[in-house]
Amino acid sequence: MAEKKTAHRGRIWIISDSQGNLIENIDTDQIFHNAFLHITELSQMGQYALGNLEGWKDFSKKARSGDILVAGRNFGAGSSRQQAVDCFISLKIGLILVPSFGAIYFRNALNSGFPVLKSSVLEELVREKKLETGDEIEVDFLQGEGLSLSKDFSFRVEPMSSVQSDIFKAGNLFNYGKTMLKD
Amino acid sequence: MGKTIIEKIIQAHTDDDAAPRKIVWMGLDVRSARDFGGPNVVKNYEREYSGLPLADKKKTFFTFDLCVPASSLKYADAQQVCRDFAQKHDIKVFDVNKGIGSHVLIEEGLAGANSTVVGTDSHLNILGAVGCFGQGMGDVDIAFAFRTGKTWFEVPETIKVLLKGDFSYPATAKDLTLKVLKELGTKRAALKAVEFYGEAVRELSLSGRITLCSMVTEMAGVIGFIPEFEDSFRKEIEGISKTEFNPVQADEDCHYSEVIEISIDRLAPQVAVPFSPDNVQDISELKGTKIHSGFIGSCTNGRTEDLALAARELNEKKVKEDVMLKVVPATARVYEELLEQGILQALFRAGAIISNPGCGGCAEGHIGLTGEGEVQISTGNRNFEGKQGKGKTYLASPAVVAASCVRGEIASPEDL
Ligand code: SF4
Repeated sequence: MAEKKTAHRGRIWIISDSQGNLIENIDTDQIFHNAFLHITELSQMGQYALGNLEGWKDFSKKARSGDILVAGRNFGAGSSRQQAVDCFISLKIGLILVPSFGAIYFRNALNSGFPVLKSSVLEELVREKKLETGDEIEVDFLQGEGLSLSKDFSFRVEPMSSVQSDIFKAGNLFNYGKTMLKD
Repeated sequence: MGKTIIEKIIQAHTDDDAAPRKIVWMGLDVRSARDFGGPNVVKNYEREYSGLPLADKKKTFFTFDLCVPASSLKYADAQQVCRDFAQKHDIKVFDVNKGIGSHVLIEEGLAGANSTVVGTDSHLNILGAVGCFGQGMGDVDIAFAFRTGKTWFEVPETIKVLLKGDFSYPATAKDLTLKVLKELGTKRAALKAVEFYGEAVRELSLSGRITLCSMVTEMAGVIGFIPEFEDSFRKEIEGISKTEFNPVQADEDCHYSEVIEISIDRLAPQVAVPFSPDNVQDISELKGTKIHSGFIGSCTNGRTEDLALAARELNEKKVKEDVMLKVVPATARVYEELLEQGILQALFRAGAIISNPGCGGCAEGHIGLTGEGEVQISTGNRNFEGKQGKGKTYLASPAVVAASCVRGEIASPEDL
């Protein structure tokens, strides 16, 4: 199996409200509405991503493969809902970058091998318009460095822990369990 | 710098540095799945690790407790899926006759002090009562734990809760617990480990420790420990579990993210009002509220001591004619003790319906639901809307539930 890339370059979406502030406490029901929980086909899930979040219901139509999501603190709050992670995998979103995650969401995303990273400077960068929707950024998961190619500056991102990078490189938790078998 | 209890336990189970907020790989002494959740663990395992052995079959268990014996096809199927898997992999099932899984793990000496246990039960942090780091997790993590014997965990910060003063009957460990829940709410201990100190908790027996630690879940905490204990508790737990009890203690120079003092002097019986377990009031505010049914049991208040308290209040009295009282001992072992001590007889004579051991009455579906308009008073730990049916559930101690069932309204033992 080829080594997974541990850096990602893509265009960002600033998930903000009408005042331009990052939306906080986006819960798993806003990410993936409970009316669609019966859907089990990964390819079908993408269309519902953020489908219950005011102002962002058309996100799935606008997003392109490799895009990066930037949102407010406590992203993925609320009850466990694997579809709330899978819908972004389905859309081939490249990375979710927020100040903090709901604990269960973080666990589910990490176990799925989906890159989720934290950065404490996002709110400030968005307020100062140094990060705007459409900007191109590159994030190194292991070094913990973000680089804005559009505005040419770098910013601090919390690097993946060794646990997270183990799972990420293996693809997901289960695959990691298989690689462990060899030792 | 020194370490708190959770930091020490995790450190002893990882090669990583167990500092707060670090994510580490953690070795597991026990992993378990219940009748609900278990089938998904099996499904994940069969899909991902088909044909591969478990990391250690002697440390892997099923515990059936939610719907025992199965009263719906859903649970009957679920249990059979687990039994078939267990037979194939030669692992032990604590089957439908044994009682609540977390309690069984304690009684069997499997959840010992300083050990690590995960399972599909969200109240597994109850094991903090015996100095064990127990944690509920989803079916993906448990399937992985079955296969590898480990899991990952973010080392939590620890808060210290100092309980000032002492309490006396009719206040019990449950009232103390509800009082703590009222003070901490669901935010202050969120994602934290809690260490409880103070004379009142040091004197608690196993059942009281279980009551307090079980409701750390409702406080949104990771785990609760009661580090100090009397010799009588050591004797009790060593007698039951047949293992030595030597829990680690926090270092004097460890770091707590917060120290909270709660005064419990002159503690009156406490009642949690629907629909939130931290919506707690003194019983005096609620006396006279009409009830239709009572439930005594659950992982929070289903031990011999709890049921004995209820029996004492019901002694020579009758459950009011239009009230239904349901009693469910936590485990088969508890059931036997109750039989031997004549407690079941006393409860039966007072008019209680007594069921076989398990979660019944706390989990939805077993030993009856509450109907629309029904008001229930329960010794359980959750009173969320819809949890046990369409009715409203108040949470209280076994003594208060017993007294209320005699009176047909919320009442304190002093009112009898
Ligand atoms: S008694 Fe209730 S809270 Fe406790 S383990 Fe059973 S279902 Fe869960």
